[in-house]
Amino acid sequence: MVKVNGVEMDVSGKTVSELLEAEGYQPAVVAVELNEVILPKAEYGSTVLKDGDIAEVVSFVGGG
Amino acid sequence: MSGAAELRLPTEAEMYQALCERHGAQMQRKFSEGAVAVCGLGGLGSNIAVSLARAGVGRLLLLDFDRVDLSNLNRQQYFPDQLGMPKAEALSDTLHRIAPYCRIESQTVRLSEENIPVLLRDYPVICEAFDRADQKAMLVNTVLTALPEAVLIAGSGMAGLGSPNKIRTRKTSEHFYLCGDGESDSAKGLGLISARVAVCAAHQATVALQVLAGRIDI
Repeated sequence: MVKVNGVEMDVSGKTVSELLEAEGYQPAVVAVELNEVILPKAEYGSTVLKDGDIAEVVSFVGGG
Repeated sequence: MSGAAELRLPTEAEMYQALCERHGAQMQRKFSEGAVAVCGLGGLGSNIAVSLARAGVGRLLLLDFDRVDLSNLNRQQYFPDQLGMPKAEALSDTLHRIAPYCRIESQTVRLSEENIPVLLRDYPVICEAFDRADQKAMLVNTVLTALPEAVLIAGSGMAGLGSPNKIRTRKTSEHFYLCGDGESDSAKGLGLISARVAVCAAHQATVALQVLAGRIDI
């Protein structure tokens, strides 16, 4: 199980790109921290989630 | 007796003493030694910068590519007589009036993946205050990747007139704080209204001051 934004999800073995797509996130407006370290966008496709990982997906909305 | 009293600005020492009396000498010393970069000088950034200047932060960097427009005056800290001026210049003028001894650097520039690591490298505390979601994500990704020692404070979700209590601050990692309700999106037709934008800006400015003071309390 992987904790995604505080919720346990059965996504071990999926890449970060696959997680984002499955959850409906738009890659252009997100930042992903994996185990409290920022994950560069270029690594979304090659980073495979594993049991015990903690992922934080921040999806930005407009306004400022 | 006639004529106006001669204008005399308080000296730097007088202003510093007044700040020490309000904030305590120890905290004020930390604010005065602090340096914060504000990226984007709209509703969030202009309000963040005013709060930090008033608190006596020693050094501020103001960055924005845009000019003051009539549509900004509902929520941004500009005046009608500044319409058309670059925001970085207009806000710098205003902050000099508020805090004449604050060291303010300002630049009219569009931030990018290429120039962020250079422009922001001397600033240990960085506030994200852009308008567009993709630009917010670009800044956050770039800062957290290229400037790993910096503390970044971002804003997301402050449009409309929903409950101010939904605007909150989260610490997602050691170097990243996120303020806002996370969902009210100006791109979905919600207006940006002075008071609620200022609530989010005040969250960001408060965190910046906590970081400078070394007293995090989220």
